[in-house]
Amino acid sequence: MIRLSAITRVFHMGDQEVRALNDINIEIASGEYVSIMGPSGSGKSTLLNVIGLLDRPDSGRYELDDSDVTSLSETEQARVRREKIGFVFQAFHLIPRLTAAENIELPLILEGVAPTERKSRVDVALDAFDLRDRARHRPAELSGGQRQRVAIARATILRPAALLADEPTGNLDHRIGAEVVALLEALHHAGTTLIVVTHDRELGARAHRHISMRDGEIVGDEK
Amino acid sequence: MNLRDTLSLSFMTVVSYRTRSLLIVLAMALGVAAVVVLTALGDGARRYVVGQFSSFGTNLIIVLPGRAETSGGFVSAALGQTPRDLTLEDARFVGQLPQVRRLAPLNVGVAELTAGGRLREVTVLGSTAELLPIRHMSLSQGSFLAPGSERSAQVVLGSTLAREFFPDGNVVGQRIRLGDSRFMVSGVIATQGESMGFNTDEIALIPIDYAQELFNTSTLFRILVEARSRDAIEPAKAAIQHTLKLRHDGEEDVTVITQDAVLATFDRILRALTLGVAGIAAISLAVAGILVMNVMLVAVAQRTSEIGLLKAVGATAADIRRLFFAEALWLSLAGAAIGFALGHLGSLLIRLAYPVLPAWPPVWASVAGVAIALITGILASLLPAARAAKLDPVRALSGK
Repeated sequence: MIRLSAITRVFHMGDQEVRALNDINIEIASGEYVSIMGPSGSGKSTLLNVIGLLDRPDSGRYELDDSDVTSLSETEQARVRREKIGFVFQAFHLIPRLTAAENIELPLILEGVAPTERKSRVDVALDAFDLRDRARHRPAELSGGQRQRVAIARATILRPAALLADEPTGNLDHRIGAEVVALLEALHHAGTTLIVVTHDRELGARAHRHISMRDGEIVGDEK
Repeated sequence: MNLRDTLSLSFMTVVSYRTRSLLIVLAMALGVAAVVVLTALGDGARRYVVGQFSSFGTNLIIVLPGRAETSGGFVSAALGQTPRDLTLEDARFVGQLPQVRRLAPLNVGVAELTAGGRLREVTVLGSTAELLPIRHMSLSQGSFLAPGSERSAQVVLGSTLAREFFPDGNVVGQRIRLGDSRFMVSGVIATQGESMGFNTDEIALIPIDYAQELFNTSTLFRILVEARSRDAIEPAKAAIQHTLKLRHDGEEDVTVITQDAVLATFDRILRALTLGVAGIAAISLAVAGILVMNVMLVAVAQRTSEIGLLKAVGATAADIRRLFFAEALWLSLAGAAIGFALGHLGSLLIRLAYPVLPAWPPVWASVAGVAIALITGILASLLPAARAAKLDPVRALSGK
């Protein structure tokens, strides 16, 4: 359950003020499938970052699962981010030095899970995302679709309640993009809240709730 | 994130940036090795000098004619007074002091040695039987100047001289000629090499009376005195000065130096020298530390988006800081360990190349070298690590 009340985020560009988010009020229930659409600079990525606790709003209140997370310390926010939220990015953001399996393992290491349990959980994820024979490969040796599958496996390894995807198919061709979307939707069917930020109308239309943004404000919210 | 995972993750990073890591480790290692090798050299030189002094004799007091202090020069010069000579009679009086175990008067000169049709200029030492124990000398053949037989015309040859003049090895009992006097060889000094400027391998040793006759002098070059014990050195020195002052009409015209004083001076000088070179080497370590800082700052800049990603998957600022800190720690640790090994290897090579130089790196220098490497490495990582931890994840992820 995500509840944003009167969220404002202001960026300063030189002496100019840019209101990336202007008095945003939304509620997203657990298990929803939401798309956020809008032109470049409409504030949709900033909204996703605020929801994912990567960005702090300048004012307003953010409740996640009925507790106020805006006032949490940096360390506590990191823990919430780790345990409740998974990120999927357009640029995958895999660590080039680490193998596919090691990239997936990263959140488990940060969480402090014991090595033996880490290994078995990574094994399960490798099978679930059909990456078993790619486990020892580095990102440079993987195709785009495989990289995004590794990224999704990493985002979901701690079984977060919400998965936030920022243009998840932006770097993929149509067919591979469709596969990735199918994966994300499968996770949604298993109960994960799925929030997708995209330019792609076709992808946006697949969501069950469509939020449209313009100039830092929500201009449309339909189910 | 726990300590083990932090260390292993940062270790993987160090290994994967192979060239960068090797270079930085090399810089660190050279710094540590320089500290170890240079202090080994300095301390080796110190030990060498101290060893040389000890081989010269223990509890040694050296009496030489002439005054070391300047005082009232005008009066004595005007009266035409010169320092009195040091004589055998002086030596006899010194020998009766209770603090003195034994003494050996010494005369030095150059004479022509002829034997078996060969001829050579040699350094001739005139002394007594006591010289052997005082100077810690040993013989390879025959016997030394017999005690109390100063009037018998005997000579003890250095090993090189013995070999050159009597290649067949039959030395003892042979007759030689020094200047116009004839001597019989009573023994050969065992090879000792250079010791305090005298190469004992190339000297001829004759009784003091003959030496004075040969060089036509009644004065002594030195009196070597061995005190009864280490504690007796200072009292003996005072007693010798007192005795000789009385004998020389109240004039303090001899200089008495103790080997300990000379030794202590050399020891101090060479220790200071060692510290000096260690300091210079430590500067190179500090430079290596700055290099580590530079490399880590570049690493933070290079891995900005990676740091953003780590934050996105839930790493705390402390996690990030520790990761970069651990990375710098690995680099300095590897540098320190390799430098330590290189330094000890270098010292070993020096010892093999120059066996006379005991170039053992002092423990304090090894410890200090490694400690400085680790400390500079750690200090150098603080700023880059803090910078990485402070990065705003949104900007970092977009690569800005």
